Amino acid sequence: MSSVALDLLQKMYELTYTIRVFEHRAIEQYRLGNIRGYLHPYLGEEAVAVGAIMALNEDDYVISTHRGHGHAIAKGHDTKLMMAELFGKETGYCQGRGGSMHVANLSQFNLGANGIVGAGIPIATGAAMGIKQKSTKQVAVSFFSDGATNNGVFHESLNMAAIYQLPVIFVLENNHYAVSTPVQSCVLLDNLSDRATAYCMPGYTVDGNDAVVVYEAMQGPLERARRGEGPSLIECKTYRQGGHHVNDPGLYMPKDVLDYWKSRDPVDLMKKRLLEEGLPEDSIQAINLRIENLIDASVQFALESPEPSVEEFLAEVEE
Amino acid sequence: MAIIKYRDALRLAIKEEMARDPLVFCMGEGIAERGGSYKVTDQLYKEFGSERVIDTPLSEASFVGMGVGAAIIGTRPVVELLFIDFACLAMDQLINQAAKYRFMSGNQGRVPLVVRTQGGTGNSLAGQHSQSLEALFYHIPGLKVVMPSTPYDAKGLLKSSIRDEDPVIFIEHKQLYMTEGEVPDKEYLVPLGKADIKRTGTDATLVTYSFMTLKCLEAAEILASQGISVEVIDLRTLVPLDKASILESVQKTSRLVIVHEACRRGGIAGDVTAMVVEEAFYDLNAPIVRVTGKNTTIPFNLNLERASIPSVDDIVNAVQQVLQG
Repeated sequence: MSSVALDLLQKMYELTYTIRVFEHRAIEQYRLGNIRGYLHPYLGEEAVAVGAIMALNEDDYVISTHRGHGHAIAKGHDTKLMMAELFGKETGYCQGRGGSMHVANLSQFNLGANGIVGAGIPIATGAAMGIKQKSTKQVAVSFFSDGATNNGVFHESLNMAAIYQLPVIFVLENNHYAVSTPVQSCVLLDNLSDRATAYCMPGYTVDGNDAVVVYEAMQGPLERARRGEGPSLIECKTYRQGGHHVNDPGLYMPKDVLDYWKSRDPVDLMKKRLLEEGLPEDSIQAINLRIENLIDASVQFALESPEPSVEEFLAEVEE
Repeated sequence: MAIIKYRDALRLAIKEEMARDPLVFCMGEGIAERGGSYKVTDQLYKEFGSERVIDTPLSEASFVGMGVGAAIIGTRPVVELLFIDFACLAMDQLINQAAKYRFMSGNQGRVPLVVRTQGGTGNSLAGQHSQSLEALFYHIPGLKVVMPSTPYDAKGLLKSSIRDEDPVIFIEHKQLYMTEGEVPDKEYLVPLGKADIKRTGTDATLVTYSFMTLKCLEAAEILASQGISVEVIDLRTLVPLDKASILESVQKTSRLVIVHEACRRGGIAGDVTAMVVEEAFYDLNAPIVRVTGKNTTIPFNLNLERASIPSVDDIVNAVQQVLQG
């Protein structure tokens, strides 16, 4: 029996699968020329966003990275409006002005994806400072990957989060690569969570491919943050199921390592948990079909949505 | 009405806004017990507590970024960069984050952040502590840039900046902190985007801002004794620029001199010149003259430092030059 209730397990599975399908369809639409620029799929990492965000209250803030679709979906965003944003359409969350790397939805407390590696870390820390100023029990969660942990702002922000005892949780999605540079050539630590010690906060390393494990890992840090005791760092070990972005075949990722992580596919792991809880296979198939239809409709919505008006844009630019 | 120092006017602005709105708070290096290196935040931590007047470590990139995050979620941080030269450490958060968040989010989010800082020469602090970097921020859509020259303007503009919904780079001048001027006892605001005619005149227009405003007024006095009537326009806000005030004055005098301490290349004077040429060429009776800092790193030596920036004589000569056509 799982420590997590069945309805929550099912929700986690649905979100994990939604991200998976959304990303695959986004890649397909990119290849068709309907999505331009950069696309950084979250394939293989779904469990981190889902596990972490399912532990949050609705009014807890998240901020993510250039690889930010998973966090947005886990926060409950409408996949139609997300796909429209990726297509650059007027109906997108950011009116076509942000695109894949800057998808945000403030009404659901997603401060957004960010195109600058690491930049979300001080911003999340600042959101936590704002929470402290407002004296609410909210928490801010900063998602970033191993690459960002070598940027100056990571160190400065963890330090300040600790000295000011801010309600921020740093979720380190260690997918073992900064673009194509392996983490072991950038850092001498095996567990990046060891860096938490330097900033006098609790640090944890967990299996980032199991959403339930990530969910459970969040509980202690969330309680600590809401009690006003300060920040924590949770390193979730995971792996991309593809290159850095849609045009990167990821040839530098060794096949045996990739196969290992694929054998622990986050979607499969969640499905296995549901089956273990007694949910029948055809219920899961029905869920899958519903999600696939939802994403079909999202692509259709994006295709049919209007382009933003150039006249309106030009009328709004600064003098 | 009272005569107070520029730095005290700034403190009053912060104090009044913090009393008025509990979500206004300050972050910066040495601003709490030390009261700030220029004493702008002196004693504020006693009144508002160290939770709202917060000393930071030497982490410019991140505490400016924290200002961005705190602002997005609805508080009003006033973040101090001790020297504008240190803004270079925080450029990603200022240029890629604060300036762009509103636009890239499709207007979902605003960043009501004020970054207060100071620049300029005059204290023999040499190249890394004496710059005038306003042109860097002027060039970035999404940022407002404010540079008051008097205690009256400083107080009114800082209050308006704190209430503004968008990020404001508020640039003080180290040589202005101890200057004095009249400030009303009653509350008042000075709107962003509105220049101020500090002296009316008819023969030539001097457009300037910040510390050079004082030098232009000195030059205007000297020129008046020579029978030349000069209008001095203090821009006060660089972005948004008060084009109308500049063009109105140029229409009146037909002769324009632009003065700033910042170095010539890529400076604001070039942009104002281009704008006036585009929109009021036929109002001009002489080429526009720019009086600017030299294209140099600011030297340590006092005489060399003085030679790097416009003097009152330089401004007087420029007006005489523009009158010759």
